[in-house]
Amino acid sequence: MKLSKLILGCICLLLSFSLYAQKETNKNHSCLKCHAHRTYKYMNEDFGMEIKESMCSNRMIDTLAYQQSNHGMFKCTDCHSPEYETFPHAGNLRMELMYACNDCHAGDPEYAKFHFEAIEEAFYESMHYNRSPDAFTCWSCHNPHTYKTQARIGEKISETVSYDNNICLSCHADVSKYELLTERENINILKSHEWLPNQELHFKNVRCIECHTQLSDSLLVSHVVMSKDSAIRECTSCHSANSHLMASLYRYKSLESRKGSGFLNAVIINESYVIGANRNKYLNILSVVIFGLVLIGIFTHTIFRIFKSK
Amino acid sequence: MANEKLYLYPLWIRIWHWLNAVLFIVLLLTGISMQYSNPENPLLISFELSVQLHNICGIALSINYLLFIFGNLFTSNGKQYKMKTKGLFKRLYDQSVFYLFGMFKKQAPPFPISLENKFNPLQRFIYSTAMYIGFPIIIASGIAMLFPEIIIPQLFGVSGLLVTALLHVVIGFILSLFLFIHIYVCTIGSSIISNFKSMLTGWH
Repeated sequence: MKLSKLILGCICLLLSFSLYAQKETNKNHSCLKCHAHRTYKYMNEDFGMEIKESMCSNRMIDTLAYQQSNHGMFKCTDCHSPEYETFPHAGNLRMELMYACNDCHAGDPEYAKFHFEAIEEAFYESMHYNRSPDAFTCWSCHNPHTYKTQARIGEKISETVSYDNNICLSCHADVSKYELLTERENINILKSHEWLPNQELHFKNVRCIECHTQLSDSLLVSHVVMSKDSAIRECTSCHSANSHLMASLYRYKSLESRKGSGFLNAVIINESYVIGANRNKYLNILSVVIFGLVLIGIFTHTIFRIFKSK
Repeated sequence: MANEKLYLYPLWIRIWHWLNAVLFIVLLLTGISMQYSNPENPLLISFELSVQLHNICGIALSINYLLFIFGNLFTSNGKQYKMKTKGLFKRLYDQSVFYLFGMFKKQAPPFPISLENKFNPLQRFIYSTAMYIGFPIIIASGIAMLFPEIIIPQLFGVSGLLVTALLHVVIGFILSLFLFIHIYVCTIGSSIISNFKSMLTGWH
């Protein structure tokens, strides 16, 4: 009798867990059944007809990217008005103001390591904000539905580079989004970077923000995006022993790999090649020693020749 | 050493040689300027200029290398770079002993220069290695870095570009050692400048 009660109890527990898990997975189902697709259907009850409509592309959600993003655990209505739960959505809901990062993250000790307050201060100094203070927000670059703290998770620097550059390109290579934020004529970045040798290689391996932001000591990623005139144009800013990249792109990675291997240049050495910045202490010493020995050999031989010719 | 004058270096060899020398020196200086890039060091050529000069001279040196290859294929000069493995070590040893001891004792060179043997065994060995191993590697790795998209991204978990660059720099370093030794050994002639003159006039 006791055993059957125990079994029954276990079954109930399992069922409730599975129901809870089901609920969690489907927490956004009612929204995503329309917003995850290019088209959606609804019943027009006045006419008793099912209507199929196309979904506006900027209202579509990439469900996989959302699930994997930093905000993937949230219900849609955690950030959006609960009134969205009714369909058709009320027209005035479109006017709702979106949260900015610090509406949730400011002053939270759990997120202190991300320095959200310092990021906000830097953002207010950026040319993006100053040129379009009303239009430009955190979301202009960091889509809350897909954002991931890439450098902290990304295995490869090349993935971080491509992820971060795609943020810039989402406007600078897309006129429709660019026009939402500014009245300026679109910038042809291929043309404005014509001076850059091996343009493709640079674009693939260096983040836009390496040259276009002010370096920050406290932030991993500087948010002071500078105007074109203040951007770095000196090759030696990166191509030198004191490479700018070690303070930005490779900073986190090199700190991490130093912990493991104790080798200062481990990341820059193994993952990429930046002429002028890649220095291997041991190869440098070896080359100086070999070169020195050759010079000593030549010098000694010369002395013998002078001495013996007399 | 034979007393009569020998016409050892025909015009095409002299043109190739001096072009190669000038281009190699520019490549060496610009290569060092890039590898040890430091805007505060006044001895180094600026990075931007180094990149441009290195690219131009690298291409020019590669084309000039074709002159060397075709010249050696279609003239008797090619034979000067061939060597028999039998007794090679003994010949290299004898020539080394001459450079280290024999020449100070006023001994005659073990392998006097002739039309058939313009190079002594040590020169033949080093020149062949430099021209048929060193140059192809440095040219191929240089071309690869000029078109980095052709380089495989990863090699044994390390950046392919890094491996290529390291190979380029290491061979460049070895060839630069060759340059220093070559210039020094060229001062060992009937006079200090006689060998340099020979490479200008063609007559030894």
